[in-house]
Amino acid sequence: MSDRVLPDVTAESIKVIAESAGIGQLPDEAAAALAEDATYRLKQITQEAVKFMHHGKRRKLSTADFDNALKLKNVEPLYGFHAEEHIPFRFASGGGRELHFYEEKEVELGDIINAPLPRIPLDVNLKAHWLAIEGVQPSIPENPPPVPKEDQHAADRPPGVTAKPSGKDGTKPAGKPGKAEVKGLPSEVAGVKLKPVLTHELSVEQQLYYREITEACVGSCESRRAEALQSLATDPGLHQMIPRFSTFVCEGVRVNVVQSNLALLIYLMRMVKALMDNTTLHLEKYLHEVIPAVATCILSKQLCQRPDVDNHWALRDFAARLMGNMCRNFSSNINNIQSRMTKTYTKILHDEQSHLATRYGALAGLAEMGHDVVKSLLIPKLKEEGEKVKMLMEGPVHNSVDKTAAEHIRALLLKHCAPVLAKIRPGPDNQEQYKTDFGHLGPLLCAHVVKARQQQQQQQLQATTTTAAAASVVQRPTLQIPQKSDWVSCSLVFAQINSCFKTIFCESEKYLDDFASDS
Amino acid sequence: MADPNRTVVVTDGSNDASAVSGAAAGVQSSPKGEKGAGTDPSKMDQQTLAAVLQFLKNNKLRDAEAALRREAKLPDGNGDSGGSSRVATSGEVSLVLSAYESEGDLARYCEYYNSLSSFIESSLDAHKHELGCLLYPVFIHMYLQLVYNRHEKEAHKFFNRFSVEQEDWHQEDLRTLSTVKTREQMEGNDLMDTFRSSKFVLRMSRDSYQSLRRYLKQNEHRELLSILQDHLFIDVFDGVPRNREQVQATSGAMMGEARRDANKVKVLYGLPKEPDINVPLDDDDEGVEGEDKPKKKKQKKDLLLNKNKKADPNAPPPSRIPLPELKDADKLEKVLSWKEGLKRVPLGRENLPSICFYTLANAYQNVSAVGVSEDSSLLAAGFEDSNVRVWSLSPQRLRTMRNASELDQLDKEADDIVERMMDEKTAADSWLLHGHTGPVYSTSFSPDREQLLTSSEDGTVRLWSLHTYSNLVVYKGHNYPVWDVQFSPTGYYFVSGGHDRVARLWGTDQFQPIRMFVGHYSDVTCIQYHPNSNYVATGSSDRTVRLWDVLNGNCVRVMTGHKAAVHTLAWSPDGRYLASAGVDKNVLLWDIAYGRLLAEMKGHTDPIYSLCFSREGSILASGGIDNTVKIWDVQKVFEEIAGSDDLTSLDRASLVEVGSLLLGSFQTKATPVLKLHFSHRNLLLGCGRYQHS
Repeated sequence: MSDRVLPDVTAESIKVIAESAGIGQLPDEAAAALAEDATYRLKQITQEAVKFMHHGKRRKLSTADFDNALKLKNVEPLYGFHAEEHIPFRFASGGGRELHFYEEKEVELGDIINAPLPRIPLDVNLKAHWLAIEGVQPSIPENPPPVPKEDQHAADRPPGVTAKPSGKDGTKPAGKPGKAEVKGLPSEVAGVKLKPVLTHELSVEQQLYYREITEACVGSCESRRAEALQSLATDPGLHQMIPRFSTFVCEGVRVNVVQSNLALLIYLMRMVKALMDNTTLHLEKYLHEVIPAVATCILSKQLCQRPDVDNHWALRDFAARLMGNMCRNFSSNINNIQSRMTKTYTKILHDEQSHLATRYGALAGLAEMGHDVVKSLLIPKLKEEGEKVKMLMEGPVHNSVDKTAAEHIRALLLKHCAPVLAKIRPGPDNQEQYKTDFGHLGPLLCAHVVKARQQQQQQQLQATTTTAAAASVVQRPTLQIPQKSDWVSCSLVFAQINSCFKTIFCESEKYLDDFASDS
Repeated sequence: MADPNRTVVVTDGSNDASAVSGAAAGVQSSPKGEKGAGTDPSKMDQQTLAAVLQFLKNNKLRDAEAALRREAKLPDGNGDSGGSSRVATSGEVSLVLSAYESEGDLARYCEYYNSLSSFIESSLDAHKHELGCLLYPVFIHMYLQLVYNRHEKEAHKFFNRFSVEQEDWHQEDLRTLSTVKTREQMEGNDLMDTFRSSKFVLRMSRDSYQSLRRYLKQNEHRELLSILQDHLFIDVFDGVPRNREQVQATSGAMMGEARRDANKVKVLYGLPKEPDINVPLDDDDEGVEGEDKPKKKKQKKDLLLNKNKKADPNAPPPSRIPLPELKDADKLEKVLSWKEGLKRVPLGRENLPSICFYTLANAYQNVSAVGVSEDSSLLAAGFEDSNVRVWSLSPQRLRTMRNASELDQLDKEADDIVERMMDEKTAADSWLLHGHTGPVYSTSFSPDREQLLTSSEDGTVRLWSLHTYSNLVVYKGHNYPVWDVQFSPTGYYFVSGGHDRVARLWGTDQFQPIRMFVGHYSDVTCIQYHPNSNYVATGSSDRTVRLWDVLNGNCVRVMTGHKAAVHTLAWSPDGRYLASAGVDKNVLLWDIAYGRLLAEMKGHTDPIYSLCFSREGSILASGGIDNTVKIWDVQKVFEEIAGSDDLTSLDRASLVEVGSLLLGSFQTKATPVLKLHFSHRNLLLGCGRYQHS
């Protein structure tokens, strides 16, 4: 108990205070006596202040509580120590001394007088919502999400089972609440406890919501779609419905690939993106449905009716980015999403017979996996791919479809490899050198690398003057996938990556929108 | 025989309230001889007196000494130090403190305390827990004696060594105590005053008491004995010693448990007969719809009325407290509430209530109080920036009255005169009331919704008109912050309580209080008027709940069991049960008929600030700053005690054994639950201020 008591005011502090009040030589005894009394008074006032905190129905003690406690003791309150949230003292240490001080900024009066008036704060208002309806809490934005994300995650990995066997072919043994997959099994097989099968029913409201959202997402009205996607991306409490949504996406892609309905495929991918953006959802359990669907949109031979005119490349880019994001967010050493996807992509590249559009998808997919992948898998292939592009574009038998494909592949490679090369390749950039190293693409690549280098230098300049993060997001700099050892920079880089991808997604989405409305 | 009141120093904090119970206790306990324990009381008196005189002489307090000598010459038994301190003025504070003067060997206190604690440890299991209660008061008074006699170092050592052994719920007071390190600091410390002036109450069975006496006889620890005599009141009862749970259930209050005889007075908790109301407006809206419907409804209503008309044997006579006469508007009000009541949803284990939550957004200053009118149509919020704001929860917007000249032109005989008085142009969703100069800590609507009471840190209670939205009266009396104010269910009367430890009963037309309820050892933090207007329940930060009789101002129930300050109270609709909760995060349910603890409901993780019974009393809702509303099945408890009305166990607190009572828990996003209120139809309303993270 006694060691929990607040530290006492020391005689030294009293002396410092006395000095600042103009009393030079304070005898030790006097300081000690004063220190003891000051401690007592301070503790007494603090105890009174706590009462005010309790009556203010707060958890935090505020400076106003202290003022009120002083008033209670007939002491004039301290003026000028008003703080919204915390006590405005700052801590500093140095030279073996630790101290707390009150920061007093010098304020230019002219600035205040000339400053435009601040906005009038919003008035207090009263808003009603249903916290519970006959004992059931409705899933509305005003209420907290029914199951926090951590709990969803915990349900994913039951205690005691540390490593879940990864399912064959990317399917996971999903213990979805909605599906009765383990039916027929005895409830205890070889000591493994299985949860009883639950049939999960959606409430009428949820069914309505599902219908509205799915209709809006694939419907023709763009503003409704935007609203629906916004809802998917922000509403808490959707987790009970993810199995339905992921099945919807999965089936939708299956049907529309066969029918080569590009617009619908784009809408479905945007739904996946919205679901991934929702911070309250945990998609991991449903990846076995989502990943094949996304992969199809990256790699399928044909995604549209007229491959020569329609811009299915944008869809492939978009889906590849989604996949890259998924790998970053959900890949673990149990499901190995990243390495499995990488393997799939490289298999396609090794296959000489693979369709050009599929090849493009594989390259795009690899490019979105991050710079390490680009460095180790894409750059060594530059020469080979360059030759292929050259053959297609300048070869004797060429049709327009192959030619556009070749152009897109070239643009893709240049766009993704240049920044990485700028990082790993020492300058100066020599056209000839590039030509020998990378073959046909060499000269173009060289020009892009030079540009990339300039951009990087600009960024570094900006980073020294202003905040680096904001600039780097716009410029899309090279971001190293962090090593595990360096966790601090890791989180920083992740934040950057995230914001980076957000901007990119926004851009490509805009593009997709334009495109979808055209077709 | 020692007179247990011998060294009681009566301060203004306790004289009024304990006058009745204190005197009764004195008479009752003397013949039992708890304090005798082998000493000659008159000799002890002489010794103490001599010691005090010696002390006064040493300190050159001649006036005090003279006064004491004068007093001591009086023949009657009260003329000892207790009597003298009664005349003590502030200039003679040290005389008051002289209760701690001791000529014994103070350095041996550690030894004494150790001896006592090892005796308790080695005593029979049956007695152990009852005797264990002794340790805390003995510890406190030993420490204070050490401090008083300027053995600061020993006191510090003693404190550090034994304070960790005390129960968790004492730590708050121990923290206060630990700040007191010198004799000078003892003066003017509220907690010290309380310990000094009042006795710590313990209850134990005769068996346990006998074993304590044997121990005291064997060991001649005079200091220990004098502490037990001077500062403790041991209430001995015949019966089986209580076990650990039972002891813990009622311990925790600042000054120990309630005396047994403090809860003996009969409380007329029943509801009075409803007055006959000839309802003129009864069939107005129903007459239109066919012939059969109104008849049915009427029958139903008659049933309801009959129920209320049944004479309750526990109800106070209607004339016990003069209540304001019912006006026509009040009668209409009652009829409307009955009509609403007919549409009530029955709640219970199977039927949980719907909760409509009102969130205050954009409140830059913290909201410190929320009040809802009885018919759930108005809401008032008190802010820490001294403002009060009134909202309408119904579609009816808030209007002010027309000005005098316009009112003059109205036809006063018109049926809708009330409606015509209002100025449509002023209709607004909310009104702001300025006037207080400190945080507003409570708001209470009058039953007719024409007035609003607010209390504030500035020490005033203000009465506002909801016709003109202006301040009508400022009630000054509490000089310190007023923590709570509540209207009586009939209007006119209201009660306020605050930091000055006094609850005051007022009439709205008088600026002097009608009654003062004195007896709490610390701030009066919350108040609830009994549904029959004859009693007032108060909760305090001395961790007790008290019930006061409005008729004579007596304290008729003292209920201990909370381990921290009580912050909210709620009466069951039938007036028999009281729920209380506060900083200790537990909801306690009390039976007022016997003043006993019925159930303890645990589950909240932060202080609780609101409680409410459903309209038929089967469900209790609680809410706090852990942002949750919890629903409790109190019906289960009531059924349990109805099944076993065991009057023999009343002396001991025996919790009704009924598993978990929690029915539901509903979390808000980031809004503390500051107010809960059941509407007439049993819809639960909650309110709080959204807190940005």
